[in-house]
Amino acid sequence: MKGMTIIVKTIAGWVKILIFMFGIYVVLFGDITPGGGFAGGVILASSYILLMLAFGRESVEKNLPQALALKLLCCGVLAFAAIAISGLFFGADGFFWNYIYQEWLAGKDVEFLKAGIIPLAELAIGLAVAASLFLVILNLSSFRSDISVDEKE
Amino acid sequence: MLIFYILLLFILIAAIIAVETKDLLSSVICIGAIGFGASIMFLFLRAPDIAMTQIVVEVLGLIILIRATIRRDLTFISGDREFFGTVVSVVIIFTIGLAGLTVFQSLQDFGNPIFANVPDAASQEYISQGLAKTGAENLVASIILDFRAYDTLGETTVLFTTIIGSLVILRREGRKTLEGPDQ
Repeated sequence: MKGMTIIVKTIAGWVKILIFMFGIYVVLFGDITPGGGFAGGVILASSYILLMLAFGRESVEKNLPQALALKLLCCGVLAFAAIAISGLFFGADGFFWNYIYQEWLAGKDVEFLKAGIIPLAELAIGLAVAASLFLVILNLSSFRSDISVDEKE
Repeated sequence: MLIFYILLLFILIAAIIAVETKDLLSSVICIGAIGFGASIMFLFLRAPDIAMTQIVVEVLGLIILIRATIRRDLTFISGDREFFGTVVSVVIIFTIGLAGLTVFQSLQDFGNPIFANVPDAASQEYISQGLAKTGAENLVASIILDFRAYDTLGETTVLFTTIIGSLVILRREGRKTLEGPDQ
């Protein structure tokens, strides 16, 4: 994939940062507004996929290499499992216990971590979903281009 | 209620076009239109979380996945359908539709779920105690990440395993040709 025309490249260059910021917003405010880790993660991945469609696969791989995306995926899943297991050590009732949340915080104004482990878990899931969708599409497109290279030889 | 019938008509037209068209990409875009209509339906049913997930997965995920993975030249579907497969599909759809009609008549009325009448159902406790017990204003987030967090953990594990498995099959590094030396 060499990329598309100059019009598509210019528009994609303007729009990518808006999509990325919206994805971060959806992930971070998942406990207050609709959305959450899964939807936000797909939006984050789709900003990179827009770049991949507009500029070609090589420029995106220069920006976010496959090894780094794989590490991000592993970090996200590991962080979610660590949040779940850390309830065993800090909380009273064990696995997935919401030990950061305190009773008097309910319904107060917006402050970070006022919902306990829920924003942290949203962050971890968003990271995992974004990295996984990006990896799938990157590998599928490179798989197809690999086949075409083999056919030419 | 009229808006739902209009959206259903839109979804039906999009589905028929998706089946009948010969171009693969426009067929996939029609499937995205079906998901778009469903997500607007969820918005009118006051379920913004589901609407957002629906539009992100079905519209963005599906169309971008297909667009990024097919070749640059457009793929056209050619050839007729098999007679036997068509007959079997029609019979199966007809049977499921008949069973569905029977089931829908025994359901509760629209917007009046069966758990609203049971006082000690789990969903009643989620709705009344969700904010006080988790502190999350978004009730869906409090359910999927606190009350039902095991489910989300399993979901994430399935996603992780799927990605790792497909990466092993699709990877470029370490793929050997048949004629190459066996290391």
